[in-house]
Amino acid sequence: MPTLVPHDLDAYVVACGFLGEAAVFALGDGRIEIRDGEISHRVEAHDGGILAAVFTADGKALLTAGDDGRVARTTADGASETLFEKSGKWLDQLAEGPQGAIACAAGRMAWVRLADGTVVEFPHEKSVGGVGFLPKGLRLATATTDKAMLHWVTAKGAPVDMPWKGAHTGITTSPDGKFLVTTMQEPALHGWRIDDMKHMRMTGYPTKVKSISWSAKGRFLATSGANAAILWPFLTKDGPMGKNPLQLGPRDRIVSRVACHPTEEVVAIGYDDGMVLAVRFGDAAEVLLRKPGAAPLSALAWDPAGVRVAYGAETGEAGVIDIRG
Amino acid sequence: MTNATQPIPVTVLTGYLGAGKTTLLNRILTEDHGKKYAVIVNEFGEVGIDNDLVVDTDEEIFEMNNGCICCTVRGDLIRILEGLMKRKGRFDAVLIETTGLADPAPVAQTFFMDDDVRSKTRLDAIVTVVDAKNLMARIDDSPEAEDQVAFADVILLNKVDLVSAEELAAVRAEIAAINPYARVIETERCAVDLGEVLDRGAFDLNRILAVEPEFLTSGHHHHDESVKSISLKAGDMQPEAFFDWINRATQEQGPKIRRLKGIIAFENDPERYVVQGVHMIVEGDHQRAWKPGETRQSRLVFIGRDLDFEALKAGFDACRA
Repeated sequence: MPTLVPHDLDAYVVACGFLGEAAVFALGDGRIEIRDGEISHRVEAHDGGILAAVFTADGKALLTAGDDGRVARTTADGASETLFEKSGKWLDQLAEGPQGAIACAAGRMAWVRLADGTVVEFPHEKSVGGVGFLPKGLRLATATTDKAMLHWVTAKGAPVDMPWKGAHTGITTSPDGKFLVTTMQEPALHGWRIDDMKHMRMTGYPTKVKSISWSAKGRFLATSGANAAILWPFLTKDGPMGKNPLQLGPRDRIVSRVACHPTEEVVAIGYDDGMVLAVRFGDAAEVLLRKPGAAPLSALAWDPAGVRVAYGAETGEAGVIDIRG
Repeated sequence: MTNATQPIPVTVLTGYLGAGKTTLLNRILTEDHGKKYAVIVNEFGEVGIDNDLVVDTDEEIFEMNNGCICCTVRGDLIRILEGLMKRKGRFDAVLIETTGLADPAPVAQTFFMDDDVRSKTRLDAIVTVVDAKNLMARIDDSPEAEDQVAFADVILLNKVDLVSAEELAAVRAEIAAINPYARVIETERCAVDLGEVLDRGAFDLNRILAVEPEFLTSGHHHHDESVKSISLKAGDMQPEAFFDWINRATQEQGPKIRRLKGIIAFENDPERYVVQGVHMIVEGDHQRAWKPGETRQSRLVFIGRDLDFEALKAGFDACRA
């Protein structure tokens, strides 16, 4: 039986995850709460709210962007430093890229801060709904109205427009760098095969897709927004075209968060009633990780070893589930 | 927990340039009215207030990809409201200021069309500040000025000290011709009890029942003879026929309908059903039980331009139980 240690954090949980042994929660009131056994740290990371948060790929730090116009880097010991600042801007998009680069955005402007502190600006005609990076080289991907864009960060060259009508609200690139996928204002995803710009439409959701997660080796893209986790196969060069997605953990509730296991074909699914399931792709076997709570799940993540799951909800209910029991 | 699930009331503040919108906004931000507002503004420079919950935004309107040309929404608002919902508890209500030239429809439609916005907020009222001295001229030269009056739940008729009694009567008649259902409050320098403007509790249903259609025929016909508002009345209605008709009517006349609001008594239904809409979008819900002794009356009002009165009336009447 999995064991669960709850924490009541009393604010919207924007993101959660692990830094080493410590479970870390980024909260809507600007706090970062760190829980490591008997030790706990409270970091007042932002003067205002945290709007976006990502864990660095090396597992050493949490990056947060806030409505105070700052991007902060916080480590498990509670130390926090400012990496970027544009006062007065609501930084609501954030991504970590290769070579220590970070990207953030507010309104119609996206910025990339390079490891040496240099900042490059990327103005857009319409607001930037999402930022991301291709895994190789240093290319920024942005989602905006009626298109996605690929920008060279340090090299010269015009950005590449990838048109598709509608408001794009988020962006992700496949781990192999071959596919670009956006979430949309409509309940749908849109994808492009970057090589030839071939379109991929992924529709059929009853609500907006707000949580996406690539499975190990990028074989599937798990998504929220339906009454089951929807996993689109990216096993072949054609991506999900002409194939049916997996539908895991069907319930009469809407899936609000998904988090794929780091190595196994298992997805953790959080629902809008706060319940959390772990489901195996192959046989759809389900394990209950958390019973329904008081509010929709708003954050969900595995640790790098794939043995613990951190979760958080809109009302501040949070906790850590250890599947080793 | 209840605090986290209660929808946050949102007041939309519109008004033509120079009408006094910024004066009202500054009052709301500085006066002690017991409520904390998160304020979304477009002209940051004009609000000289150091308040961490003032958000500057660029109005960004886009069409929904649903084939409906009137379904425009404010993308920037969706994003900002989503961010604000992560800070619930820090504020009691949201105030959105639109630019002077703005058509209120995309703002209002955002509250119908976006699921997240709809589930976490409720549109409390659209408040329009108009300038008693210049309103007539503005309505003549810009469709947005008329749109702002047509969409309003509350109209602050400002600068009344600058006009004669006759001019004031003419402006009031003009407002009544466009939108007889708004509450009109006369002010000088936006001096109004803020409680009259804020937290009005959605649209004021009582006014729909209280304003008699005869009122519409009075007043002057300053511009054109087109029908700008219609009030329809009946007893019990057949639900299936009504929903079928209202969906068809708003599809056909959507571009001409700015707002619609109504209270419907469905046969064999103990509760009042409330509908409201903007252009082609309509939504409804049960509101409360009909009280003992209360007359079960259906009342539906349309505010728009060039409305086809005969068609709407015939369609509505055909749904009578």
